[in-house]
Amino acid sequence: MARAISPRRKWTITVVAWLLGLAIFFPILWTVLTSFKTEGEAIASPPSLVAFDWTLANYFEVQARSNYFKYVGNSIVIAVGSTLLGLLIAIPAAWAMAFSPTKRTKDVLMWMLSTKMLPPVGVLVPIYLIFRDTGLLDSRIGLIGVLTMINLPIIVWMLYTYFREIPGEILEAARMDGASLAKEIVYVLTPMALPGIASTMLLNIILAWNEAFWTLNLTASSAAPLTAFIAAYSSPEGLFWAKLSAASTLAIAPILIMGWFSQRQLIRGLTFGAVK
Amino acid sequence: MATLHTQSTARLMMAPAVVLLLLWMLVPLGMTVWFSFLRYNLLMPGMEEWSGFDNYYYFLTDPAFGTALVNTLLLVGGVLLISVGGGVALALLLDQPFFGQGIVRLLVIAPFFVMPTVSALVWKNMFMNPVYGLFAWVAKFFGLQPIDWLAEVPLFSIVLIVAWQWLPFATLILLTALQSLDEEQKEAAEMDGAGPVSRFIYIVLPHLSRAITVVILIETIFLLSVFAEILVTTNGGPGLESTNLTYLVYAQALLQFDVGAASAGGIVAVILANIVAIFLMRIIGKNLDA
Repeated sequence: MARAISPRRKWTITVVAWLLGLAIFFPILWTVLTSFKTEGEAIASPPSLVAFDWTLANYFEVQARSNYFKYVGNSIVIAVGSTLLGLLIAIPAAWAMAFSPTKRTKDVLMWMLSTKMLPPVGVLVPIYLIFRDTGLLDSRIGLIGVLTMINLPIIVWMLYTYFREIPGEILEAARMDGASLAKEIVYVLTPMALPGIASTMLLNIILAWNEAFWTLNLTASSAAPLTAFIAAYSSPEGLFWAKLSAASTLAIAPILIMGWFSQRQLIRGLTFGAVK
Repeated sequence: MATLHTQSTARLMMAPAVVLLLLWMLVPLGMTVWFSFLRYNLLMPGMEEWSGFDNYYYFLTDPAFGTALVNTLLLVGGVLLISVGGGVALALLLDQPFFGQGIVRLLVIAPFFVMPTVSALVWKNMFMNPVYGLFAWVAKFFGLQPIDWLAEVPLFSIVLIVAWQWLPFATLILLTALQSLDEEQKEAAEMDGAGPVSRFIYIVLPHLSRAITVVILIETIFLLSVFAEILVTTNGGPGLESTNLTYLVYAQALLQFDVGAASAGGIVAVILANIVAIFLMRIIGKNLDA
């Protein structure tokens, strides 16, 4: 039941909340605006918020100069590839944990989550050396493998929490009717589990897209995703803010939109169920 | 209906995930432990030899370790202070009814979805640049001397950047927890004459305490490993002023090629993270039973 509050109070809160919201969002807004400026206007003082000559030139130049879409392609392949591979490994595991739990299920799940808490520098040296010796450095396959492993615990965990909400009686009924394991999965479980799988997929693509420890350390150029491509703008020579902004806008826009749709999954996936 | 048959099927279905994670955890970690006891430099291949605890002695007594440890704690502590303090305040605000609630909520959580290299470079260039940055312009507007953020207060600047990324996370979690608070309880307290302050201290805060703990623990685990933001802004400098433990180990391994010392450093980082992880796992475990 919403409590009645005075209109004046409501308007005050509205103004304060909008100001704070816009202040927090401002760096993103500023990046988007700067991407439509010329390099000269991008560093102009005083800066102009909207009164400048809008141009799309930066977007074309980012592509022409540095083959931007190669990096976009790498980001997509790595993020989607590692998510799909993770789902392939995690779905059977989560299914087994949710529907045939044993005394040890909880321990296995907890152990899986604990691997997520291992700091990446703890394994940086051996992974780097293994990659160097097997030719996996700067390869998309190698990165897909690493990102699959670092996100696997979250995928298993999220799927488990979704699967557990599916009533087990339905499965038992299917079994009584003589459905085989394969049929049970295809006709009963999959339709009911699909929303959970989709949510898990969404959150994991976001996490893999933004991952910036392994992607920076294990790629040079040919497999570099957007995180590494943008990092190349940190070189001090020259000010290319407008182009940096254009590249950044394209890099964050699709993920930001996906993120807005996946707030609930974010809470479920990243707090490991400790907050509901 | 856990028959023997379904039991073994279940085991088979879990096997790939369990085996892969076990390999992923044990093999590299085992190698790190092994390397940490070797004199091993990539510039001198074939010269590896057993060196006992020398690497640990070298890493732990190196003044850089002390600096990096202090920086790590300041970075984690600073970001936690801003994101949890600000998160509680924002969550309380956004929990009130007002116009455009949904949109403001989207604006507030947006920074969490920005990739670390983008947010670090946007802040570094367009805000913190001492000549052309917005902060410099604001300073000049008020007749103040602009400061070179990343050169003069590098660690503080990085705290600001990382806090901007994590404030949305804290806000979102705390807002979710706040919305599960029983309205009637608050109303009853109000009718009993409890003011806003005492309602906050005696009802809201205890209700939020677990969510706050979870936010602190999860953020700490991720914040111990802050890397990209440092790499693209300061490279750990000037000097070691913004080098944290993660960056120090990276520098030892991939810039100085000292595999032995870097591995010892990696193990130290693992031990530190585990201290936090134990508390977090306890909370998760309790919740799993419920």
